[in-house]
Amino acid sequence: MGKTISEKILSNKSGEDAYAGQIVEAEVDYVMVNDVTGPIAFREFEKLDMPAKTDKMVLIPDHYVPNKDVASAEQAKLMREFACRHNVGNYFEVGRSGVCHQMMIDEGFAAPGRLIVGADSHTCTYGGIGAFSTGIGSTEAASVFATGHLWFKVPETIKIELTGSFKRYVGGKDLIIQIITDIGVDGATYKTLEFTGPGVANVSVPDRLTVANMAIEAGGKAGIFPYDDLTREYIKDTVKGRYEPVHADADAVYSDVLRYDLSELESMVAFPHLPENGRKVRDCDVRVDQAYLGSCTNGRIEDMRIAAEIVRGKKVAPWVRFIVVPASPRVFNAMLDEGITKIFTEAGAFVSGPTCGACLGGYMGILAEGEKAVSSTNRNFVGRMGHKDSEVYLAGPAVVAASAIAGKIVTPEEL
Amino acid sequence: MESIEGRIWRFGDHVDTDQIIPAERLLAENLDHLNDYIFEKVRPGFSSQIRKGDIIVAGKNFGCGSSREHAPLSLIEAGISCVVAESFARIFFRNSINIGLLLVECKVDSAEGNVIVVDPDKGSIVDVEDGKVYSFPQYPKFIGSLISAGGLMAKIKGER
Repeated sequence: MGKTISEKILSNKSGEDAYAGQIVEAEVDYVMVNDVTGPIAFREFEKLDMPAKTDKMVLIPDHYVPNKDVASAEQAKLMREFACRHNVGNYFEVGRSGVCHQMMIDEGFAAPGRLIVGADSHTCTYGGIGAFSTGIGSTEAASVFATGHLWFKVPETIKIELTGSFKRYVGGKDLIIQIITDIGVDGATYKTLEFTGPGVANVSVPDRLTVANMAIEAGGKAGIFPYDDLTREYIKDTVKGRYEPVHADADAVYSDVLRYDLSELESMVAFPHLPENGRKVRDCDVRVDQAYLGSCTNGRIEDMRIAAEIVRGKKVAPWVRFIVVPASPRVFNAMLDEGITKIFTEAGAFVSGPTCGACLGGYMGILAEGEKAVSSTNRNFVGRMGHKDSEVYLAGPAVVAASAIAGKIVTPEEL
Repeated sequence: MESIEGRIWRFGDHVDTDQIIPAERLLAENLDHLNDYIFEKVRPGFSSQIRKGDIIVAGKNFGCGSSREHAPLSLIEAGISCVVAESFARIFFRNSINIGLLLVECKVDSAEGNVIVVDPDKGSIVDVEDGKVYSFPQYPKFIGSLISAGGLMAKIKGER
């Protein structure tokens, strides 16, 4: 019987002939924790009194660094000291660090065919380049520090067949919001979304990363794109070590098949307070106080280019704070080199260094009571970016940029 | 495993981990008193209303969103003995099993404040107030062994 990409990777890594529904113990290529999930993992790991599998470990402070306050400074210090105590080479200090998932890609840990776990739910991002990657808890991360492996229930897979290509200003974010709106925030619980079809070649790798990133917002365990020429080109200068791409078999068994014609998709926005509340941007009329461009979902250089092209020569609406947060030092430097930072600042935007920032309600852009933000991030739960009575509207980089200028949620065509 | 008797608190569908414990509380200095902040944005004052042994009864997809283990940890610290929900989000489910929070997948109609008895071995829930009885399936064998080992870390220690 044929296998899905998930079944193949979990078979390769467990040494078993694994199919959906089985539980396997699989060897993990990398395990990542951040400054929020790390401390519990460190505490649990040290109770075990076992040597650390340091080659597999990646420690990336990103949520509350540069230190927001004394408490977060103490928290960041725990990670720094843990890295030092156990000689973890893959620790990224502020200035060399960014949003953990972009760092995993920029630094070449994520690669096709690899099995990667991370104590952050958006670890599923690396499925965009053909890895099987998924979010785990801190205690599980601690167990991988000690043993190098972890148990997995091999997920069923929903096949998503893509045809056509995106219209101008429509991209990965619009596709994934449409999918989550169609299947619901629990529509893929414990399943993989596997993308296939002739349309895949028309989806750029950054767009694939955006789609895979939000598989978790449908409850998914992973969101995986097939490896192709675009993937190879995207990772060729950064990937660490050898990798073995995996392809699904033609006779693989899927729990469901969904079909999307990319050319029919429109700019989407997910209304509060669930990512499944997607609507067409042209049907909405929402005045915003803040526009936020950044995060592991849409904080890549390609997102910045799209937004800069829309913002160039225009001014941010007087009542709007436009906050731009590149996802990694590589993105930050490319923005400087390409003149993008200046385009944003001349328009009246605030541009910061890389951090998770306000995406999770951390800092640098928290919302006050009653405020509304259009955001390129991934969650619009109650109070996600600040006060419990604030609202987050999720959209792609083009809509966020256009909305910053218009002061309300619009498509670039409406400017 | 012994039966659990407790007073219930009702929640709806898609209770996300940001509701259970907001991101701004995810600091190492709070790890031993996360219960002070549970549901603070959606149910202010909830932490002081809970009694040890209380049970949460919810709808679909409980624990969706972030992978933060602080969510099940805060419930344990608050004294919640069990969460009964129609379904659970994946990472929350794994985290809870790993750190010893009992989860039961079952649709229960009991009103808030009712007392229920959960019997994990029999796979039954009885509402002491209205007399209704519910049943739920056993955990798969592997998950059951993880629970009876006392969670993931205890299992690893046992295997050494």
